[in-house]
Amino acid sequence: MTFNILSILPILVLAGFGMLVLVVDVMSARKLGEKNLLAYLSLAGIVIAAIVSRNSTATTLFSFNETFTIDNYALFFNILFLLSTGLVILISHSYIKREDINHGEYYALLMFSTIGMMLMASGADLLNIFIGLEVMSISIYILTGFKRSKLISNEASLKYFLLGAFATGFLLYGISLVYGTTGTIDLRQIASFVAGKGGVKDPLLLMGMGLIIVGLGFKVASVPFHAWVPDVYEGAPTAVTAFMSVGPKAAAFAAFMRIFLTAFGSSHYEWQKAIWILAVLTMTVGNVVAISQTNIKRMLAYSSIAHAGYLLVALVAANNMGVSGTLFYLLAYIFMNIGAFAIVIVLSQKGDVGMNIDDYAGLGFKHPMLAIAMTLFMFSMAGIPPMAGFVGKFYIFSAAIKSGYVGLAIIGVINSVISVYYYLRITVIMYMKEPVRDFHPLTISPLIVVAIAIAVVGTLHLGIFPSKVMEIAQRSILTLR
Amino acid sequence: MINYLPILILFIVAVGFAVTNVALSAVLGRQKPGVEKLSPYECGIEPIGSARERFSVKFYLIAMLFVIFDIEVIFLYPWAVAFKSLKVFGFVEMVIFIGILFICYFYIWKRGGLEWD
Repeated sequence: MTFNILSILPILVLAGFGMLVLVVDVMSARKLGEKNLLAYLSLAGIVIAAIVSRNSTATTLFSFNETFTIDNYALFFNILFLLSTGLVILISHSYIKREDINHGEYYALLMFSTIGMMLMASGADLLNIFIGLEVMSISIYILTGFKRSKLISNEASLKYFLLGAFATGFLLYGISLVYGTTGTIDLRQIASFVAGKGGVKDPLLLMGMGLIIVGLGFKVASVPFHAWVPDVYEGAPTAVTAFMSVGPKAAAFAAFMRIFLTAFGSSHYEWQKAIWILAVLTMTVGNVVAISQTNIKRMLAYSSIAHAGYLLVALVAANNMGVSGTLFYLLAYIFMNIGAFAIVIVLSQKGDVGMNIDDYAGLGFKHPMLAIAMTLFMFSMAGIPPMAGFVGKFYIFSAAIKSGYVGLAIIGVINSVISVYYYLRITVIMYMKEPVRDFHPLTISPLIVVAIAIAVVGTLHLGIFPSKVMEIAQRSILTLR
Repeated sequence: MINYLPILILFIVAVGFAVTNVALSAVLGRQKPGVEKLSPYECGIEPIGSARERFSVKFYLIAMLFVIFDIEVIFLYPWAVAFKSLKVFGFVEMVIFIGILFICYFYIWKRGGLEWD
């Protein structure tokens, strides 16, 4: 039995801090206003977990009977998850105070959810990935319904829970079929089984593969498994929406790539066709429907669907450039998406008032700094150089061309052009329309300013100097197959 | 497979017995329904109100807490059986596990999850 406590050290740190936050919360007086300590405590947990994730080993480390692996791929994703959770804690601190949901459980659940994501990225067998997915999802179901007195939040939570449970069933059924045909849940043993048969020919195994695609496709919000996204994104507390749109998506892609490149890598001909269709549908539906949205959270929900589509393009390409491009794109997406949500939070009022796109009219003159930052994030998501989003899309589409999927790349670029319309519309409304409402004196906490600053710097830095991060991403994917 | 034949025969006999009795009483029995006969049987006491009432959510909370600590005991049994071969490692593992559950218990207690009102 190989047992290495160091391999799960970041997870242990997060679990410890999560429980500490819970205990400190119930020990301290029940004053809702003063809970700054909990936010700082959770940030400390995130930072320590990031530090202990950093001392990477050059070689792949297996532990817990080879069900858990720590390689550069897992470490890259660990840092990615910790970064997104850290940024979300920064933006939620003032938000949950304003919305009267300042409970210590909020931070604890964020950290427990991050533990699930790390398990997913590090899982070396299908069941470990499944357990990670559940740990991640259950925490997020609760976070979605965190505004207990608001009906819309409860509805979102229940919808997400029911559909999520259904999707989990699909995933588990797929795993059981794969186990039934290959006789193992270990990814590398499945890989050698598939390679020994010269690709997936068994219809049962194909069905298992398809059901796994359904289960993970639900979590990355790909069409046609996207029906939950707009309602849940709109109903959840905005800070949780920011978290949901980056963390679980990145974790699901981490699992997606590990399962399909490691275990089914030698038979990519079979699954590429399915993912090709998913990618085209996801991009097109996401972008086209986003155009007609009037609520900014719903618009960002459809934009999140569209971005999942771009990432699926990279999965279809399945070459080194595509996979490292996915890692790069996910990092860029964290910065630009959490940045955009941070500004949405700053500009809305108690009870999530002010979520309409028209409410942003005239922002450019009243609050120029916020408007510039928002413009930056929108440009980045639309894929305009020199922002991070452009570089990410460039890597992904050129990977698709390199693998011979020219048609897919063209569809992707056309979609990217469609998306420019609704991203730029926000900029146009901010700068070229008269304000329709008085911007109340904004209460901007220092923590959210830090978050926006990090997001701005990250978006610009990844856009202008992408090579350093891209190198790290390329080194991270070597252990996948 | 032939070894399982008695079970199959018993299965058929059991199902046949039940179906025959219900069918016979439906065909031969005299049916005189009345208000008393059709009312739900509650140990002979007159029924009070509908049985479809909403239960307080607190019952579910108690049930959930019960499951958490019940699972703890389920883990303790195999651990106790294998205690000698697990040695110190197993002991430390179990101490950590119970420690985490103790934190849960502390949290629930302080949050007021154990109080009915």
